[in-house]
Amino acid sequence: MSNSPFTSGIVPARLDAPALAENFADLHAPLDAHEALVAADRCYFCHDAPCITACPTSIDIPLFIRQIATGTPEAAARTIFDQNILGGMCARVCPTETLCEEACVREAAEGKPVLIGQLQRYATDTVMAAGLHPFTRAEATGKRIAVIGAGPAGLACAHRLAMKGHDVDIFDARPKGGGLNEYGIASYKSTNGFAAAEVEWLMQIGGIMLHTGKALGRDLSLDGLRGDYDAVFLAMGLAGVNALRAEGEGRDGVGDAVDFIADLRQAEDLAAIPVGRNVVVIGGGMTAIDAAVQSKLLGAESVTVVYRRGREAMPASRYEQDLAASKGVRFIFNAVPVEVLGNGAAAALRCEYTRAEGRDLQGTGEMFDLPADQILKAIGQTLQGAPEALALQGGKIAVNGPGRTSANGVWAGGDCASGGEDLTVTAVADGRDAAEDIHNALIGKG
Amino acid sequence: MADLTSNFLGIKSPNPFWLASAPPTDKEYNVTRAFKAGWGGVVWKTLGEDPNVVNVNGPRYGAVYGADRRLLGLNNIELITDRPLEVNLREIKAVKLAWPDRAMIVSLMVPCEEASWKRILPLVEDTGADGIELNFGCPHGMSERGMGAAVGQVPEYIEMVARWCKQNTRMPVIVKLTPNITDIRYPARAAKAGGADAVSLINTISSITSVNLETFSPEPSIDGKGSHGGYCGPAVKPIALNMVAEIARDAEMRGLPISGIGGVTTWRDAAEFLALGAGNVQVCTAAMTYGFKIVEEMKSGLSQYLDEQGMSLDDLIGRAVPNVTDWQYLNLNYVTKARIDQDACIKCGRCYAACEDTSHQAISMSENRVFEVIDAECVACNLCVNVCPVDGCITMEELAAGAMDERTGKPVSPEYANWTTHPNNPGAVQAAE
Repeated sequence: MSNSPFTSGIVPARLDAPALAENFADLHAPLDAHEALVAADRCYFCHDAPCITACPTSIDIPLFIRQIATGTPEAAARTIFDQNILGGMCARVCPTETLCEEACVREAAEGKPVLIGQLQRYATDTVMAAGLHPFTRAEATGKRIAVIGAGPAGLACAHRLAMKGHDVDIFDARPKGGGLNEYGIASYKSTNGFAAAEVEWLMQIGGIMLHTGKALGRDLSLDGLRGDYDAVFLAMGLAGVNALRAEGEGRDGVGDAVDFIADLRQAEDLAAIPVGRNVVVIGGGMTAIDAAVQSKLLGAESVTVVYRRGREAMPASRYEQDLAASKGVRFIFNAVPVEVLGNGAAAALRCEYTRAEGRDLQGTGEMFDLPADQILKAIGQTLQGAPEALALQGGKIAVNGPGRTSANGVWAGGDCASGGEDLTVTAVADGRDAAEDIHNALIGKG
Repeated sequence: MADLTSNFLGIKSPNPFWLASAPPTDKEYNVTRAFKAGWGGVVWKTLGEDPNVVNVNGPRYGAVYGADRRLLGLNNIELITDRPLEVNLREIKAVKLAWPDRAMIVSLMVPCEEASWKRILPLVEDTGADGIELNFGCPHGMSERGMGAAVGQVPEYIEMVARWCKQNTRMPVIVKLTPNITDIRYPARAAKAGGADAVSLINTISSITSVNLETFSPEPSIDGKGSHGGYCGPAVKPIALNMVAEIARDAEMRGLPISGIGGVTTWRDAAEFLALGAGNVQVCTAAMTYGFKIVEEMKSGLSQYLDEQGMSLDDLIGRAVPNVTDWQYLNLNYVTKARIDQDACIKCGRCYAACEDTSHQAISMSENRVFEVIDAECVACNLCVNVCPVDGCITMEELAAGAMDERTGKPVSPEYANWTTHPNNPGAVQAAE
């Protein structure tokens, strides 16, 4: 091994293979049967449980935990999948600490919630590992629906539509399905090719055709789709990335965190992924955290997250911040980048401290320089190539109710649609609810 | 530290915690370990006539669990000691010699023939044991051979055998009663009539703890078949407490010493048995679950409690007996209402579900999960208190005399009034003017 954390520049193989394998192993080892029973026993089976309310897909959590406790994880999985067909991935990536587990009454009682996310994984893994797909299709309706984007929203929508007897074609611009589950989540949250396996498992219902390498606006047009299909669901996510608007942004070493994360996820060999010695990540969301932590895990000597506001305003949860800190990531709050310094390639990032005045931020005039040979931008993504026929709201496709757009016969959901929190679980809810609405529109409420 | 020295039938022990006749007291090795751990006494596992019985060679125990696999109930199909009589007698003698300050009681079960009892009693006496306990309780196995519960279910047999023992030994005689009867007072009265010095109760309860849903055999399963076992452990404590109290408050048996047995797991359980009239307690399942060390908690807990109450051990014994009464004498003018401590409430809503679905619709639930008692509906049933997972969060508050009971629309009467004088009682007696 020629490189180490102290090698200058952006280089691969800073750590040896065993260290990389350990660093990128499952963040939470799955619960074994004993651990699952112990964890399940802590659930109080609350009335109208707050965890259900907190779940964007309204999974009946007390019921599935009781089903685990009574030795029927298969029934538990069915309870989960009824509401959230991507319950397996959500069990891994949901910020449970701000959703179900934050609402858990045992969080109020003892500061230790029931391990809902890990129990959900236990149940869903049991069924998926056995290759069981607990849903069958209704009688064929003869209706055809096009879904744009094979991410969580698109997959959830396609599955629900297929279940109702419709035929679905999913089109995705990337070479693989899964969307951000496949390309946009930290590797240690979805190990062993889980995202791809989940897509394959989901497709077992039948009636869904996945067409990869097909992008809306390039290979497909909305008008064409509206002509060929009975309904269209748009869930292509946010392909654009916001610019830093700092001087020297074009220097080598400045890149997008989403690309860094995607490259990592697709890498056959983690040692082949180059990473800087001194990495600075700009942003405060989950993408920033995932990029920062993984930079550190790849062997960067120092990794710093620079966020323009205070800790309390950071979109990434305190749990995620602490996870990053435990891996050695440093946080600098209330600072913005003003210039990328260097002779050709980036060498340092000049930042300025900020002061919040209401919702506005003011530079304080105080500057500092951070050594930085790699700078990853994670300051938000934008919708690219929205069909002109559709009304937008806040830069996203405007929707009302269950994903209805301004165009007849066109629904939208997930990150590309207005509203929502840009989480996997909210995307699943969007897709599922749009599917129900599409079904009602095509078949009538009966 | 309160003095825990116990005197039961003149048998002294450093504390009132004895190990019951059961697997933990079958051998010198175990009993020595128990005494080293601090137990006040033991009742040696039941001796019988030679040739010694045999046990099954498959599982002997079945279990009932609570949350987190806490053992709530245990049943067993083990018989009396399966070692030769001579071996047990020799070990009993050795232990008693080595531990003279501890109580050594020997449990016995031989056929219902006077000759059998006459044969074994002198052998036991020769060990230096402090007393004997007649096992009229085991509901499994031995009962099929006319012993154990088969004797304990027939008061005439109890009286007869107790009398034989009293006539043939100088040792105090304790009769161990089976709960597998309809009214515990009849066998207890028979024991007293036969001259027994004390009763001990309860022995185990006939039970099937579970059924294997793959093989359809009751558990514990012996080659695909199961037989009812004797149930014990925390789950049986309420049954035992009631039976102890029934004897303690029975006029015919006033003063009959009772050794309390049944699910004693902590000092608190022991104190409850003592308060209901037991002179000491016997423990088995808790020791089998956690080992002998639990006696340390029992001793320190009971001692602290007595100190805090300013009571001696004797003060505690029977203290609750006068408060055990018949339903018909309960004060119907005692009115309480549930009160929810909003600071302690964790908003699980179980009180609401229980009250709304299964009781009196006396708890309201707001949008933001605030749960409040509706006094006009609350009958004070206590179910919300019982299902609440937070100790002390929901309590019952007594309405003072004169306060309005919103459910009945009447002020609370200061008078004591029970069913015997209630106008709805067809047999009501006229209240004194």
